[in-house]
Amino acid sequence: MVKRHKKYVAGEGARYITRKSALKKLQLNLQDFRDLCIIKGIYPREPKHRRRAQQGKTGIQTLYLKKDIQFLLHEPIIWKLREKKVHLKRIKKAKSVKDYSMAKRYANTIPIINVDHIIKERYPTFVDALRDLDDCLTICFTFASLPRKKIIPSYLIALCRRLTVEFMHAVIAARALRAVFISIKGIYYQVELRGQIITWLVSHNFCFEPQSTAEVDFRTMTTFTEFYTTLLGFVNFRLYHLLNLHYPPQLQGYTSDQLEYELIDDRVSLSDRVAALNISLKVGGTPSEEISEEAELDDFQVDSELADKTRQKYEEIKNLKKLFEGLKVFLNREVPREPLVFILRCFGAEVSWDNTTFPGSTLFTENDESISHQIVDRPHLEKQYISRYYVQPQWVFDSVNARRLLPVEKYFIGVILPPHLSPFSVEYKTHKYIPPEERALKDESFTLKEDLPLNDDFYNIEENIDETEDMIDIDSDENDNEQLENKKLKNMIVKAGQRYIVNKNKERKDLKQMHQLKEKMTVTRSKINFITKNLKKIIKFPEYRFTYYMFINKFKYLYRNMYSGFKTFRLLIFLIKKKNTRLYNYLKKKKKKIIIVKDI
Amino acid sequence: MAPKKRIKLLPKIQEGINEESFQQNSFIKRKRLSLLDKTKSDITKDENLNESTDEVQQTDYIEYKDEFDTSDEEVNIVFLLNIQNDIRNTVGNIPMNWYDDYPHIGYDWEGKQILKPHSEDQLDYFLKRMEDPNFWKTVKDKQTGKYVVLSDEDVEIIHRLESSKIPDITFNEYAPWIDWFTNEVMKMPLRKFPEHKRSFLPSRIEAKKVCKMVHALKMGYLKTKKQKAEERLKKREKKFYLLWKTDDTAEEMRRIHDHIPAPKRHLPGHAESYNPPTEYLFNKKELREWEKQAETPWKRKLHFIPQKYSSLLEVPIYTDFLKERFTRCLDLYLCPRARKMRLTIEPEDLLPKLPSPRDLQPFPSVMSVVYKGHTDMIRCMSIDPIGQYLISGSDDMSVKVWEISTGRCMRTIHVGGIVRSIDWCPNKALSLVTVAADRKLLLINPGVGDTLIVKKTDSILRDASEEAFAVSEKVKAVIQWENSSDEKWEDGIRIIINHFKEIKEVTWHGRGDYFATVMTEGGNRSVVIHQVSTRRSQIPFAKPKGLVQCILFHPVRPFLFVATQKNVRIYDLVKQELFKKLLTFAQWISSMAIHPGYYLIHSGDNLIVGTYDRKILWFDLDLSTKPYKTLRLHRNAVRAVAFHKRYPLFASCSDDRSVIISHGMVYNDLLQNPLIVPLKLHRDHEQYNDFAVLNVVFHPTQPWVFSCGADATIRLYS
Repeated sequence: MVKRHKKYVAGEGARYITRKSALKKLQLNLQDFRDLCIIKGIYPREPKHRRRAQQGKTGIQTLYLKKDIQFLLHEPIIWKLREKKVHLKRIKKAKSVKDYSMAKRYANTIPIINVDHIIKERYPTFVDALRDLDDCLTICFTFASLPRKKIIPSYLIALCRRLTVEFMHAVIAARALRAVFISIKGIYYQVELRGQIITWLVSHNFCFEPQSTAEVDFRTMTTFTEFYTTLLGFVNFRLYHLLNLHYPPQLQGYTSDQLEYELIDDRVSLSDRVAALNISLKVGGTPSEEISEEAELDDFQVDSELADKTRQKYEEIKNLKKLFEGLKVFLNREVPREPLVFILRCFGAEVSWDNTTFPGSTLFTENDESISHQIVDRPHLEKQYISRYYVQPQWVFDSVNARRLLPVEKYFIGVILPPHLSPFSVEYKTHKYIPPEERALKDESFTLKEDLPLNDDFYNIEENIDETEDMIDIDSDENDNEQLENKKLKNMIVKAGQRYIVNKNKERKDLKQMHQLKEKMTVTRSKINFITKNLKKIIKFPEYRFTYYMFINKFKYLYRNMYSGFKTFRLLIFLIKKKNTRLYNYLKKKKKKIIIVKDI
Repeated sequence: MAPKKRIKLLPKIQEGINEESFQQNSFIKRKRLSLLDKTKSDITKDENLNESTDEVQQTDYIEYKDEFDTSDEEVNIVFLLNIQNDIRNTVGNIPMNWYDDYPHIGYDWEGKQILKPHSEDQLDYFLKRMEDPNFWKTVKDKQTGKYVVLSDEDVEIIHRLESSKIPDITFNEYAPWIDWFTNEVMKMPLRKFPEHKRSFLPSRIEAKKVCKMVHALKMGYLKTKKQKAEERLKKREKKFYLLWKTDDTAEEMRRIHDHIPAPKRHLPGHAESYNPPTEYLFNKKELREWEKQAETPWKRKLHFIPQKYSSLLEVPIYTDFLKERFTRCLDLYLCPRARKMRLTIEPEDLLPKLPSPRDLQPFPSVMSVVYKGHTDMIRCMSIDPIGQYLISGSDDMSVKVWEISTGRCMRTIHVGGIVRSIDWCPNKALSLVTVAADRKLLLINPGVGDTLIVKKTDSILRDASEEAFAVSEKVKAVIQWENSSDEKWEDGIRIIINHFKEIKEVTWHGRGDYFATVMTEGGNRSVVIHQVSTRRSQIPFAKPKGLVQCILFHPVRPFLFVATQKNVRIYDLVKQELFKKLLTFAQWISSMAIHPGYYLIHSGDNLIVGTYDRKILWFDLDLSTKPYKTLRLHRNAVRAVAFHKRYPLFASCSDDRSVIISHGMVYNDLLQNPLIVPLKLHRDHEQYNDFAVLNVVFHPTQPWVFSCGADATIRLYS
């Protein structure tokens, strides 16, 4: 007899396992399984053929790789989790019979899950760990900024605070900061460590807003944080080791004993953090690492473009590291100190602040004449020194992103700031709107329009313009003229009963103007074809179009699809450009009016 | 009234004595009181007798009304008895509702039933309330079911109890304290025997124990509570060490299978800035749109509303900060991961890599000469082998000979029929043109070029005409050779071959001796091969294979290409068998051209076929019987295709008025596929009744192309 073919004994049907059966296999409850997955970095997989992977079942199940679950089966911390569960049961029982001493004893001996070996397992090399540091840093910085809450273990907050400060110190010591960005969510920092780009987000001060448990589950977050703190600790150790620094660092007013278990008032701890940031670490031993870091790039006689580019990049970063060197910066008290101290110190500036308001300003006081910049975030200041520039904090951020000291005029006290641009937008290469400010940064020949203040009523005006222009669609340059013309004509209309002085000169002038306007109006409507350079070429040389005929059909379809996609992109870019110019024109008009009113 | 009080208090005190006999202090107090009371009891009894008789209801004594005891005296007696032995209900302290269903309420001292008193109705109760002045202090005794009037003392006691005072008025709360057991050590102890010596000496066992503990503490076996707590904390504190020794060498261990790292979060763009360029801010319309998508937030272009703040100080907290962090956490451990290939190409990258047309020059790029003269559409043309003259046949029933370089019409020959095909004899030693005019095939000596050749041709044809060969009947039915009359001789027509059907096409063999004609409607006799030198014709096929469209001789080998409506068949003329059948997958073939080969290599290896369904098919005969490439360059039916003899060029013309010149390079290396690049499109001919360009011919030596069309012109592109 022929052996009966069994389904799902091989292939995709045998490769996956549902969550439910995984729980059964591991003998864990869902919560423990989740914790285990978080710690071990196990995640569900998307199968190629869901139906087959689910062994013919419809609907969507959470599928894990069978191999992953088998891998979990041999994990020693599973036993720790089980022990912990038993322990918690004991505590609960002791509490229920009101044997509090017993409960306390159990609480003291609750098993601790050590994840050191998992760090090594998940991140085989240091570079791997750095590559995955984005989320780790963001979470750690978030926890460091949280207030004391019952739902969050306080030792974790303290640990996060310590580790983040240590990490920032490592970044300062390595001068690894590359880009910063103030967003509405917080401040983004980007560092380059061992060739890895790490970006993290730090919220603006006091990010904590009470959240409903349905929205934010702090238990899960805590599990993540516990793992990430361990990771960050090891990364910190290795970084300090690389930088030839002693770990743990002795930070003033920030010893581990003091902070670990008795969290002080949040504000005090924040100012302590900042104070700790402002003190450079002692370098132990011979600075061998720094020598290697400073080693010059040898000039091989290779005239390739790539070599030139790498060289240029190297020089740029070398200069960036010394961006603020020699500057003495004084921070006014309204300025957020933590980010500024971190950034300024990363590029070699000396920072201080008013010693009567916050601790840690040991370097110099406000009346020091050698201060080069004072960072101020208020509209005006009573007493000002001539010897220094009073700039707004954005200057620091923009200078870092531009990789050179920007002229301070645009950032003076009380001045309307130029837009703050994202340094990360470079990464989207094509089909993206580039605001004129960014273009001006990149190529110097491009001249920028003047900055104009944004009025409150701009939204309303915008609306009106929209309504009139919607019908005319995109190319309506002449429409503007028409409107203008209409206005002029209205002005020239003589109302009955009005005295009308015939001024020949004026009349002639008006006529001339009108004539000019008419001439302008005759300009034919420009046709807008959204053409890339290549398409333009095609129109020039029609024979080139034949290449399209040479497509394989499959590609033809793809090409058409992609092309339509890019077309919509281009349309969007065009619209936003249009919005820009329209806004600019509107604001300019408004400004003129204001000036006229002032003159009168 | 004072003695009364004492008597009333008596039983209570006695009770107290029984209960609290151990409380000596109170015991003595009460004892004293009771003694006092007892002495005066006799006197009070007498007084009571007197008074109680009169004022039954006002007495301070507890009165038990019995319905059966009618006389007042008896009541008093009963009362007196009551003092010694209580005749109250003996059932004890039980819920009295147990007796609800019985007529009696319990048993008295003697075991007699105590009957339930007459139950009052509401009216009685009301009357009582109205009339009885003591109603307010009348209480029902549940045990006996009788009403008891409380005395003033009782009421006073109740008042005192309510205000949480000691019920006895006489009780002095602040009486001087009599210290019965003092802390003063007496000289003579109350105990008989003295304290044991042990009680004076420190315990040795305890000392041993302490010693042990001290030693344990010293040695570190034992830990104090504080130390333990510290240790616990220390244990919990994370210790960091050099986990990775080097940067990039990984330790061998079991790791997660086929790990897919989580993608990083998108980096923020300009719109997220606290101070973005103004064009990023939402206007009202955009804001409305954003709000409209509240239920489908994934459709939003931005997940937040861009905001602009004039200074860093004004930036508020981002309310969704923690939520976003949490969702990221969820994504990390809950989101299924898979590897997806993503194209990071520009659409231009999809274009086939072709050399620039500029590099493929020379090719005909401009129209240089227009030959005008015909009055109707020109269907065909041909060029002499040297490349000096052009002959064209038109629907105006004439054939014109043009000088190419000047565009001058040298000669016009009226042939008396629509000229459908024309071909110049490739033999350079002859000056001969075959013209297919309706059913006649004319061999014409155009009389241009070298006069010697012209004369020689004439003489050959005249000589040959004298010989007459015997022809089979079968052939005779189809074809008759005929010498032209003198009149026609003058026009240049040398020989006329009459066909039985309309001739569609005529084509010469490369040597210039044989030529073949096609009659589409001829059935199995549609293809006829003629020989000029012997004036013989033969019909090669016995069976019809479909409507023959066109026919071609292989330039080198003895092959004949026959294109029917859908397929091309290649016949070996020597072996007289089918050599190959090419599948076009086209609906209707219009024309074909064979690659001449360069320097006698690969000649005839490549074939292009034009079809009425807009396609041009390139066949590589060595490769396959299916088209190597299908070009859809034209928008309408392809009328003719042609190869250049020297240059790697081919041309095609179509009803969409276009003449397309393409580069078709065939390489020496057999492994390299032919390179086909469309080069140039000319659209100069005009359209008449759906006809535009009807034929296209290359110059034999120059990179020039001729096209003729329905607008009765011939155009030269160079």
